[in-house]
Amino acid sequence: MGLFDKFKNVFKTSNKPQVELYDRGLEKTRNDFVSKLSLLNKKYKKVSNEYFEELEEILIMADIGVETVMTFIDRLKKRVKHENIVDSEDLREIIVDEMFIIYVNNEVIVNKINYSETGPTVVLFVGVNGVGKTTTIGKIAHKLVNEGKKVLMIAGDTFRAGAVEQIEEWGNRTGARVIGAENKDPASVMYDGLEIAKNESYDVVLIDTAGRLQNKVNLMNELDKINKVIGKLIPGAPHETLLVIDATTGQNGISQAKSFKEITNITGIVLTKLDGTAKGGIVLAIKESVGIPVKFVGLGERESDLQVFDIEKYIYGLFKDFVEDETC
Amino acid sequence: MFENLGDRLQNAINKMKGYGKITEENISEITREIRLALLEADVNYQVVKEFINNVKEKALGEEVAKSLKPGEVFVKIVKDELVALLGGDKEDLNLKGNPAILMLVGLQGSGKTTTIGKLGLLLRKKYHKKPLLVACDVYRPAAIDQLKQLGRELSIEVYTEGKGDPVEISKNAIEYARQNGFDYVLIDTAGRLHIDEPLMQELKNIENNIHPEEILLVIDSMTGQDAIHVIEGFHSELKLTGAILTKLDGDTRGGAALSVRHLTHVPIKFIGVSEKMDGLEEFYPDRMATRILGMGDLMSMIEKAESVIDQDEAMKAAKKMESGKFDLEDFLSTFKQIKKLGPLENIIKMIPGMSKALPKDVHIDPKEIAHIEAIILSMTPKERRNPEILKASRKQRIAKGSGRSVEEVNRLLKQFDQMKIMMKQMKSGKMKMPF
Repeated sequence: MGLFDKFKNVFKTSNKPQVELYDRGLEKTRNDFVSKLSLLNKKYKKVSNEYFEELEEILIMADIGVETVMTFIDRLKKRVKHENIVDSEDLREIIVDEMFIIYVNNEVIVNKINYSETGPTVVLFVGVNGVGKTTTIGKIAHKLVNEGKKVLMIAGDTFRAGAVEQIEEWGNRTGARVIGAENKDPASVMYDGLEIAKNESYDVVLIDTAGRLQNKVNLMNELDKINKVIGKLIPGAPHETLLVIDATTGQNGISQAKSFKEITNITGIVLTKLDGTAKGGIVLAIKESVGIPVKFVGLGERESDLQVFDIEKYIYGLFKDFVEDETC
Repeated sequence: MFENLGDRLQNAINKMKGYGKITEENISEITREIRLALLEADVNYQVVKEFINNVKEKALGEEVAKSLKPGEVFVKIVKDELVALLGGDKEDLNLKGNPAILMLVGLQGSGKTTTIGKLGLLLRKKYHKKPLLVACDVYRPAAIDQLKQLGRELSIEVYTEGKGDPVEISKNAIEYARQNGFDYVLIDTAGRLHIDEPLMQELKNIENNIHPEEILLVIDSMTGQDAIHVIEGFHSELKLTGAILTKLDGDTRGGAALSVRHLTHVPIKFIGVSEKMDGLEEFYPDRMATRILGMGDLMSMIEKAESVIDQDEAMKAAKKMESGKFDLEDFLSTFKQIKKLGPLENIIKMIPGMSKALPKDVHIDPKEIAHIEAIILSMTPKERRNPEILKASRKQRIAKGSGRSVEEVNRLLKQFDQMKIMMKQMKSGKMKMPF
């Protein structure tokens, strides 16, 4: 069974509303991206150097990452030579296939939250300014509360004006409890919050942190301290550290992933704002160069628009029309 | 900001300087490197193509071939192209209205609310006039609280009506500004996707009702290739008069900055360079180009110094230096002045030639500076004026008082002595200023 058919099957067999979310969320992304790819195939019936050059442009414009694209094109060229491919039509499937390989790379990718067996599960959210950390926490709290979990949110962003109020409003909307105080040391807020979580046996603790640019040494050191405080109070915690990245981010995303990974054990990425025209291609480069998988994607503004990431659906969502265009 | 891009461009250019002659072959090699550097910095693909073609064409032109120093001519070509790309001349804000109305728009998380506070502060400082901030982000939880808090911090009045209709709020705010003698009205709007039709319509309604002098797009400098869609999306619906690039203090290579102007003719007017409230700067294309190429930016450094340093104090210190009577007390006050300039490594990089002289990722620990201060503050005024009287027991007391070791006290005194010797030499003309 070809990879396309496999992808199509994924869409047929998995639950409908989820598939539709991906389909709708990625609509703008796909229209632009795929129509370019399809045009390319109409323009060049035969595979040529110009074909590759334009393909390179399309991929770079999707923020997939210069290095990743260059090696991708090289691999593609080799395959073309090796398998004697002449028609650009025959490359369609290979392009999607290779794209998938970049991300998966023979690994088993787990994108479930790693729940702790004893005591509360602690999930820490980090990232640069304005990527949507607080909103993501609100949405995840909504999801977990709906699943019947007892959820505590800790407002660890004590720096930005209004951040505590923002998370409190999410508390009101979702019914999850919020611990926080403005202008306090974030580590001490977390200490208080985690004590409560332990004593009142909460299932999940979601911790917000202030946005920090990855080259600010002091702020990154603060993150290190936060980590230690959490680990001291609840051994083994944080069980998950999620790096939140805005889908419009370009090459800087790789630097973000690298720098945050140096300080904390990043277990996954939350890719937000994918419902715009941004392609979020940078996650492919991040997976390839830093090895961090995406766990959640934000496909819209509603609470339920935050979804568990599924690479097959993501790639299919991106290439759907490209793949189905095949017959015409 | 831009350091990585600068490094890569400089490497390419240095290679060029090594060649005695510019040939088509070595131009191709260098431009390929420049191309990769620009692409990795998120410069728009189309822009890169054009940039490279222009540089190539000019480099192969007559002028360079005849020149004795082709490398330097090449640098000039790259710099000129970079300035052209960034927009040529600096563009000022249009503040003619009474009150002048400025509206900030952008995607979620680009930094509109923070920027509006910074902009209010900058305008008040520069023109000594009264700004009013208006909270029209009625969607994001706590956005209004955030603006209110900023207003309190900066002592700038904030106009709010809670969660009403943004069009009405902005109309009322302008009326309020007229009656109460405000000179500028700065309107914060909710973050929105450029493809969100109802929300874009709302912005259009505000525009049609209040006719702002300036509609500024706030854009995150870490944005990738999608930047062009965002800018075009907003520009096709609203008449943008400028852009503000935020978060340039990250390690972003800021390619979006290099593309905005060229693709849309919307000029960049301000850049956000730190989290602090005074971290917004006016944008000068030529200065930015020299900074990217590691040629330093003395103009910005001098302006920055003028805005924070107390002239009288500085004069006093300079006179003392000249007379050779500079003591630790003056040292301390000079130190405090320099501290106001912000992180030292940023200042040093503005000095021409220094960005290359400094080791990579240099980081001057603010704590070390605090330690020096603590040591001096633990001395008696008499000791500060006559450091020669410091002997073992006094040093021990100072070390205890400041919580540092005697070695550190000694090191500080030694450095101070060396400084004094340098000052004498400078005065007697034996040594020139380092720059």
